[in-house]
Amino acid sequence: MDLLNNALGIHERALQTRSQRLELLAQNIANADTPQYKARDLDFKKVMAGELSQPMQATQSNHYQAGDMPGNDGLVYRTPFNTSFDGNTVEMSVEQSNYGKAAADYQATLSFLESRVSGIRKALRGD
Amino acid sequence: MSIGNIFGIAGTALNAQLVRMNATASNLANAGSVAGTEAEAFKAKRVVFKALVDDNMTNAGAQYVGGVKVDRMQDDGIPIQAMYDPGNPLADEGGYVYPSNVNEVTEMVEMMASARSYQNNVEVVNTARQLMLRTLELTRS
Repeated sequence: MDLLNNALGIHERALQTRSQRLELLAQNIANADTPQYKARDLDFKKVMAGELSQPMQATQSNHYQAGDMPGNDGLVYRTPFNTSFDGNTVEMSVEQSNYGKAAADYQATLSFLESRVSGIRKALRGD
Repeated sequence: MSIGNIFGIAGTALNAQLVRMNATASNLANAGSVAGTEAEAFKAKRVVFKALVDDNMTNAGAQYVGGVKVDRMQDDGIPIQAMYDPGNPLADEGGYVYPSNVNEVTEMVEMMASARSYQNNVEVVNTARQLMLRTLELTRS
């Protein structure tokens, strides 16, 4: 059963992270004219590294559980190239290019998933 | 369901930009209006946006957390320039009328900026829609 449970491998989690990043960029674009809004982004590498590594285990009862530590969710604030009068750090050109790239990345992960699915299908059919 | 949230988020932005465009249209329409007192004179309206940061600012489980809303309308602070026009029926005893403080050039720039932001958000929705459809195709490969 492990074969089917793990059939999609890391790509399942990767797709989730990709779509989470798309959502964040959409938030930035939506708030392009909001005073004091700070643009955010997702560090994909950090999130996936956290996914691949083993979580820390507390071996003593008086140690902190790893879950109690400040979470590393990969969310970072963007450093703007230029400052603005209203304290907004969204730069439309940066957000647009990032959104386009994030959409392409999402499709790349989708293609990996597609090949996994068709591989499983082929194996099940046996022809 | 992150891709689904994008529709909500971009929707709030479309709504907010539309309010801003409406305010600009109203300002332009009233650009030539005059009044008898300084208090009655038309002042350009500015829309102030606010980010919907978390669930507390909307209803719980809303699809558009992270979006934007219109926080308030604010009068533009440009001082009203009294104009000497004793022939005007609205003129006060000194012969002055008080025109609006609308600057047409500013309003046109504002309108273009909001139209561009609107287009950007439409584009966001389009891309998200395409990605969602491609994800659905996964079951057919």
